[in-house]
Amino acid sequence: MTETQAATEAVSTVRPTLLEARDLHVEFASRGRRARAVDGVNLAVGEGEIVALVGESGCGKTTLARTLLGLERPTSGEVRYGGAALDYSSKALKAYRRQVQLVLQDPTGSLNPRHTVYEALAEGPRIHGLPDEREVVATALSRAGLRPPDRFFLRYPHELSGGQRQRVVIAGALALNPKVLVADEPVASLDASVRGEILALLLKLREELGLSALVVTHDLGLAWNIADRVAVMYLGRIVESGPVEQVLTAPRHPYTQALMSVLPESPERVVLTGEPPDPTRIPGGCRFHARCQVLASGRAAEAGVDGKCRSELLDILPAVPETQAACHYAAR
Amino acid sequence: MTLLELDDLSVTYRIASGEVPAVRGVSLTLDSGAALGVAGESGSGKSTLAMALLRLLPRDARVGGRILLDGEDVLAMKWGRMRAVRWAEASIVFQGAQHGLNPVRRIGDQIAEPLLVHGLAKPDAARRRVTELLEQVGLPDWRARSFPHELSGGQRQRVMIAMALACSPRLIIADEPTTALDVMVQAQVLTLIKDLVAEHDISLIMISHDLSVLADVCDQLAVMYAGRVVEHGPSREVFHDAKHPYSKALAAAFPTVGDPASRLAPQGLGGDPPDPMELPTGCSFHPRCPVALDGCATMDVELWPAGPGRNAACVHVQEAS
Ligand SMILES: Nc1ncnc2c1ncn2[C@@H]1O[C@H](COP(=O)(O)OP(=O)(O)OP(=O)(O)O)[C@@H](O)[C@H]1O
Ligand SMILES: Nc1ncnc2c1ncn2[C@@H]1O[C@H](COP(=O)(O)OP(=O)(O)O)[C@@H](O)[C@H]1O
Ligand code: SF4
Ligand code: SF4
Ligand SMILES: [Mg+2]
Ligand SMILES: [Mg+2]
Repeated sequence: MTETQAATEAVSTVRPTLLEARDLHVEFASRGRRARAVDGVNLAVGEGEIVALVGESGCGKTTLARTLLGLERPTSGEVRYGGAALDYSSKALKAYRRQVQLVLQDPTGSLNPRHTVYEALAEGPRIHGLPDEREVVATALSRAGLRPPDRFFLRYPHELSGGQRQRVVIAGALALNPKVLVADEPVASLDASVRGEILALLLKLREELGLSALVVTHDLGLAWNIADRVAVMYLGRIVESGPVEQVLTAPRHPYTQALMSVLPESPERVVLTGEPPDPTRIPGGCRFHARCQVLASGRAAEAGVDGKCRSELLDILPAVPETQAACHYAAR
Repeated sequence: MTLLELDDLSVTYRIASGEVPAVRGVSLTLDSGAALGVAGESGSGKSTLAMALLRLLPRDARVGGRILLDGEDVLAMKWGRMRAVRWAEASIVFQGAQHGLNPVRRIGDQIAEPLLVHGLAKPDAARRRVTELLEQVGLPDWRARSFPHELSGGQRQRVMIAMALACSPRLIIADEPTTALDVMVQAQVLTLIKDLVAEHDISLIMISHDLSVLADVCDQLAVMYAGRVVEHGPSREVFHDAKHPYSKALAAAFPTVGDPASRLAPQGLGGDPPDPMELPTGCSFHPRCPVALDGCATMDVELWPAGPGRNAACVHVQEAS
């Protein structure tokens, strides 16, 4: 048995893997070229675990999340749930969507302005033919912190505050009793004061219902606030992952270090310049090398890895819980 | 030297169902070359305040109090003078305005437009100025020929800043310039704004609901709640040691990564923002205040001294002094 397997098993006794991406690739045709939006990702979310997926705009977070939800078909590799590869037949997908629910970024955009809260929440249970619709809706609302629930039944989205709207969206996801929430920037469009409330709700749902969550965000503070583990994505790949305490206090990959350094009040900033990375032109060698501050400052050369940085591909990181980084310099 | 002075500024929108007191008696000053941050949740009156400064409010908005720009009364200015001020002395970067770029015009032409329209430059000189402005905001020269959809969100926001700089204003008002941009792009834009303030002696009013961002860029911070300033002082002090319970909640909403106190413990503020048409009596914050006293629902609060250079509108501050 390799070390990696041993580690996976050691942790699996604590938190069995529920949702998993294995060597996942998702490509799109973009202006006559191939965009490798997700370019080889291994990622596991354990039962009752909250994993944050962070990275800059356009790095492939939403594409990865959509693929995990079965909304996008991988070009290669697979999505696994409860130990089995995802079945893309429409019947199997329908059942899968009860287990793994999506919470979208913008609560205003994801609610139909002409539907009352009740109508919005009853839709899922109706599609899935759940009995006791009223009860299901009421339970979901109170779990999402909208109490007493019947006070919200007949309200329209415009009659709610931004935070309440996001709670309705979360209640909609909860109505089907899922095991996993995939939340794409769940608080990005919310006010600072409401943000903490919604994050506290996600933690409470984990505690009370054992819910797992994959939270997609570019906000490292959010990861620090609620996640057990964090995976940092750059240009279609996870470049660093591990327990939040370790990755966010002692980041090893230069990209993670740069992300941390631009948080307000960091002593020394590394503001990456240049155009945002383009998934139709992923550079050879280390995919971060054109923007890497460690390479640019000569530190990689001092360590004798600069040649590798420019020409040697890095292995795809496995889905292990321990801290790991895909970087020649960090690995030396 | 004082560049801008607000004295008991108020703005009331008149709508079909009644009056919306969006700004209720705000007094602030801004020195030239200084940066003032205005914080507060959505609906607290930040954008209304910003628009009032340049008289950009809808006609049915009633404005009271005084706005002095370089000693000149903005509310009393004739239209011609007001328009001159808007392009030559103060410009505003609106919330979400990067979506408002004209999609079918090259960005260089859009940046040059105010210069040409106001006859400040001939086409040749305007072109040179565009290159200079693009360079100032960190975009390569060839970007002048790009269309807005060819730029990322952060690049479009830079274009907006270049446009605001075109006529060399002395004051820039930036309304949520980085909200909805990702961290790295936000850092790029903030660094740019900071450099502009430092190197070109431009004064800045920056609006955001993220106190950590404001504390980073601005010298002074004003926290607004329900149309009033509830705390004011040096930005780092307000951020790290807020005196008003509302500022405390705002400051805690964005955790410091690495701080054990916020690990797996997100901090929120319960309750809903107040409806300006039905403001709570007494201290407007009392229905949501974790440390409210019996009298808070009825007593009038005002900005009381809260340490050197600081003020806060909370009874606990008044008691302490
Ligand atoms: N349907 C599509 N067709 C072509 N390209 C696509 C498609 N969807 C995504 N892409 C590209 O794939 C890359 C990853 O996009 P994705 O939406 O996953 O990014 P993201 O990390 O979620 O970014 P953000 O933080 O801005 O939401 C981007 O370059 C994007 O332009
Ligand atoms: N044109 C308008 N007509 C009527 N009410 C308005 C108008 N613009 C803003 N308001 C109201 O004024 C208050 C303050 O709004 P605003 O200044 O946009 O706040 P902020 O920028 O802090 O989010 C809110 O209650 C808002 O609904
Ligand atoms: S491998 Fe080299 S270029 Fe890539 S992140 Fe590490 S040091 Fe930078
Ligand atoms: S005056 Fe009273 S209600 Fe208002 S902030 Fe202070 S303690 Fe809270
Ligand atoms: Mg996305
Ligand atoms: Mg606003």
